[in-house]
Amino acid sequence: MVQLTLPQNSKVKKGKTWPKPQGATNLRAFRIYRFSPEEGGNPRWDTYWVDMDRAGTMILDVLIYIKNNIDPTLAFRRSCREGVCGSCAMNIAGRNTIACTKGFEELPSGEVVIAPLPHQPVVKDLIPDLTNFYAQHAYVQPFLKTSTPTPEKEWRQSAEDRTKLDGLYECILCASCSTSCPSYWWNGDKYLGPAALLQAYRWLIDSRDEATGERLDDLEDPFKLYRCHTIMNCTQVCPKGLNPAQAIAKIKHMMVERVA
Amino acid sequence: MSQGQFLTPTKTARGLGSAKSGTAHHIRLRVAALALIALVPWFLYGVIKASGSGYEGALAWVGHPVNAALLILTAGAVSYHMRLGMQTIIEDYISKTGMRTTLLILNTFAAIAMFAAVAMAVVQVWIGG
Repeated sequence: MVQLTLPQNSKVKKGKTWPKPQGATNLRAFRIYRFSPEEGGNPRWDTYWVDMDRAGTMILDVLIYIKNNIDPTLAFRRSCREGVCGSCAMNIAGRNTIACTKGFEELPSGEVVIAPLPHQPVVKDLIPDLTNFYAQHAYVQPFLKTSTPTPEKEWRQSAEDRTKLDGLYECILCASCSTSCPSYWWNGDKYLGPAALLQAYRWLIDSRDEATGERLDDLEDPFKLYRCHTIMNCTQVCPKGLNPAQAIAKIKHMMVERVA
Repeated sequence: MSQGQFLTPTKTARGLGSAKSGTAHHIRLRVAALALIALVPWFLYGVIKASGSGYEGALAWVGHPVNAALLILTAGAVSYHMRLGMQTIIEDYISKTGMRTTLLILNTFAAIAMFAAVAMAVVQVWIGG
């Protein structure tokens, strides 16, 4: 059976409640998942009180505030702070998203719970191990494949064909979609997941690519592609507003088209 | 050193490679569903109607050649759709290969047995009538 509950050593225990900052009038509680492999033991929930007048507007600002002012041991990934790099993806108030574009005013009032992306091994605190996710992205060979000799100047594409890539090329590989997908939770080793499949479709639909058939061959599999049951968590959580579920449906449509 | 300790991520992602199947399952599940969209309302209507006409009336309804044929088709479409759907559920949730294979085989047997039982009953009534 799939593992429906956390194993004993992964159960999250109650952690430390950090002291409230002095003199702050606009306080908000953040309950954050903490785990350190060096320390050993179970992961825990630490509670931090943040002075919202000094913390900025986004959840990433809050995390940086905590790291700078309260607890320098809190670990999380971040880079661009503007929704381009995909580094700061995490589960915020029960939903996967990227911390840098999630304003805390968008969240319901009360304590905000922040955890790493679900169902991935945790490296430390809010940092998941995405090795498998990246290997699956590599599996779909996300680059132009052609047999025709490369033209002297460039591979040409009509404006109309170019528009087919809109809604696909914008993916920042933050892994919010794949790690929100129950099929990916249960069979993440074999199912490629929404992010890799959206990228697969991006190359399947590219008018310049000549490996469409081989790409479909590599995807046609009860697990790699057909584990998608149109649950649509992927589309609901995508912080870039993309629609991986639709891309997967279109891949299935191409599969049907070539046999019937 | 435990088994699988030094597998590269690429090795895991590629796994046993693409099975190059699954599309037939995808199409068949949907075709069976299409058939059921027509057959299930007919079946429910028929059962409700026949249930109001007593035992003899019900026998007469099942024994009518058109109804008998449609009943067998309904049983076929239902068990086939069930067989395909259950296969997906077993593959989703049962990760141990031995257990999964056993359940997949039992699933096929159960679907065939269900169809055979309904078909035999309908044929018996039809011939008896």
